[in-house]
Amino acid sequence: MSTIEKAPAKEKTDKKPAITNVSGSVAVLEAFLAEGVNTIFGYPGGAIMPIYDALYDYQEKLHHILVRHEQGAIHAAQGYARSSGDVGVVFATSGPGATNLVTGLADAMIDSTPVVCITGQVFAHLLGTDAFQETDVINITTPVTKWNYQVTDATEIPAVLAKAFYIARSGRPGPVLIDITKNAQLQKFDYEGYTKCDHVRSYRPAPIVRKEYITEAAKLINEAERPFVIFGQGVILGKAEKEFLKFIEKAGIPTAWTIMGLSAIPSDHPLNVGMLGMHGNYGPNVLTNECDVLIAIGMRFDDRVTGRLDKYAKQAKVIHLDIDPAEVDKNVKTTVPVWGDCKETLPLLTAQVEQKVYPQWLQKFRDMMKQEEETCITPELNPTTEQLTMGEVIKTLNELTGGDAIIVTDVGQHQMVACRYAKFTQSKSNITSGGLGTMGFALPAAIGAKVGAPERTTVAIIGDGGFQMTLQELGTIMQSDIDVKILILNNQFLGMVRQWQQLFHDKRYSFVNIESPDFVQLAKAYKIPGQSISKRDDLKKALTEMLNTKGAYLLEVMTGKENNVFPMVPQGCSVAEIRLK
Amino acid sequence: MKQEFTVTVYTENQIGLLNRIAIMFSRRKINIESLNTSPSEVEGIHRFTIVINELEEVVKKLVRQIEKQVEVLKAYYNTAEEIIWQELALYKVPTDEIAEKVKVERLLREYGARAVVIRKDYTVFETTGQREETNKLIAVLEPYGLIEFVRSARVAIIKASSGFHSKLKEFEKKEPSEDVIENEYLGKGDEVFTM
Repeated sequence: MSTIEKAPAKEKTDKKPAITNVSGSVAVLEAFLAEGVNTIFGYPGGAIMPIYDALYDYQEKLHHILVRHEQGAIHAAQGYARSSGDVGVVFATSGPGATNLVTGLADAMIDSTPVVCITGQVFAHLLGTDAFQETDVINITTPVTKWNYQVTDATEIPAVLAKAFYIARSGRPGPVLIDITKNAQLQKFDYEGYTKCDHVRSYRPAPIVRKEYITEAAKLINEAERPFVIFGQGVILGKAEKEFLKFIEKAGIPTAWTIMGLSAIPSDHPLNVGMLGMHGNYGPNVLTNECDVLIAIGMRFDDRVTGRLDKYAKQAKVIHLDIDPAEVDKNVKTTVPVWGDCKETLPLLTAQVEQKVYPQWLQKFRDMMKQEEETCITPELNPTTEQLTMGEVIKTLNELTGGDAIIVTDVGQHQMVACRYAKFTQSKSNITSGGLGTMGFALPAAIGAKVGAPERTTVAIIGDGGFQMTLQELGTIMQSDIDVKILILNNQFLGMVRQWQQLFHDKRYSFVNIESPDFVQLAKAYKIPGQSISKRDDLKKALTEMLNTKGAYLLEVMTGKENNVFPMVPQGCSVAEIRLK
Repeated sequence: MKQEFTVTVYTENQIGLLNRIAIMFSRRKINIESLNTSPSEVEGIHRFTIVINELEEVVKKLVRQIEKQVEVLKAYYNTAEEIIWQELALYKVPTDEIAEKVKVERLLREYGARAVVIRKDYTVFETTGQREETNKLIAVLEPYGLIEFVRSARVAIIKASSGFHSKLKEFEKKEPSEDVIENEYLGKGDEVFTM
């Protein structure tokens, strides 16, 4: 640590004299203030009590939201990070408090969400003694954190937290966990102020841009006859939405998104041809195998996007823009890798591409969309069935919000339907558990999303199964008075698993028949108003009431029990083999 | 085809890093054949030498994932032909047997062995070399009641370059950047933001 004290040589002039007798706990909170944190999601406990004691005096500067389970805290922090574009912050105690964070850490890791978690730990002298609520959180969380570190001495705290925030938010973002032993939280030391971290010797947040690859990429694009852009969350994380639009508009290339990239460009953009992947749109999937140049931007070729890899875009030359060099060639062999932050690389590429349009090629996407509309979309959005479909709920919601709401989804059929049909006018509006597929994500994530963007309407769309995984967070909504609209799409099944059992397991419905409590009564117990509807005639009125109610509201919509999500790329099939029914 | 690769990883010297690197292999169900950690020529920077049997395609991706870890400065892989490597082996044999039946002098000369300890009850020999060389001596000593045998992990140095600074430059040159940029913090131990 002696090295750190010498580090900010350039700031020696305005260095304040050390403040003596500052506790490690206060140093943690001071670090938060210096990093611009104003909200913490957390849950107290024995090993983190000194920090909570210090927090008592910081309540005006640091808004603490008491969750009902640590998993709720980290999902809320993820939602906060995703809607605000800043780092989400979590407090949890040692042992079970820390292990309850693991699902959220894994979710944040795979979806590259910047989160800093502070966990309490037993006194340093008790480490390894199986002390009460001791768990080896550093080793448990190593595979699911971008970085983690255990602090046993308070003097380390300012530098460690500076490093934690720097690592969480720079480069490809990710979760960081700092475990602080109780003695370090209590220890008084000479506090010399907080210096933000701007480099770590062994860490390069973004690779250096190779200009000749940009030229090569531009050449490929300019020579292409059927170029196709596919993008992911990298565009949002890189805050490069404008740069991205400029690129596709100049190059005139049809553009499709992964669910993590959704909302980065407006839904009604003329070049937006839809969603990729297993339940994506027909055209983007089929035409992936017909384009001649595939330009992948800030996405990682997840198996849910590519389907069978050995039959994925084999005819195409692939240009891959990514900040993480390890993503290049990981799943799909790249012709031209464009390393770097896309906020930096996209303008360089835009400058070298020719202004073009591809009317015939774009028409192909539109023709296929027409086919899809006839077979899948119209029956879903304008159904003739007696029972409601999930799609028409989303369609009506679009009409009422105008696409301005933040939509937080859980995992399953409702998630796919919402991502397919929800309309967006601005970025950072689609929040979902993409990579990990964490059921129970939506309710706590919506709490965080609302806190991160308080001026925006936030709707959590959740299935009846996922809601029951984290419904205790209704208590958080009640206590902290969080204006989240909860829209439960209840098909009385674990619908996505049921769909697979129907299609691939001879309708052997093995343990997917889930019973639910009376959700409206449940909400009422938490002082949240709500209603349940099952008729088409009530839909618009009920959604309007939900949106117009001040504060939280729970609307349960009963939907068709055995509806399926289509199109679908069955597992083990190529994207070109996508089924419309 | 799977073949033997030596993975070299330059890291900060920090608690928990061994685990962070080891799980990169176990997650992919790759067995580590040999692992050595030691200081490197740069102060404060440690060096892991890891031997695995894998497909080159897998190793290439794995090395990139290792390098992505925050505390890893550089990771690279080499085939056996590209490196100079050695292992050290110790052999414990009964002194009376060995003294009577074996021409110890022949041992020492032919196998480059060295007697480290000679006691009444046993003698410990040491050799340094590649796997086949150290294996040969086991075969020779086994008939005389080899009591104990142990071999160290591999240590390796690449043939092609001179040291970490220039090695780093060399790799930087290949990827991801064409421009050679030296890590500006490498030689500035006292300005390093690390812990």
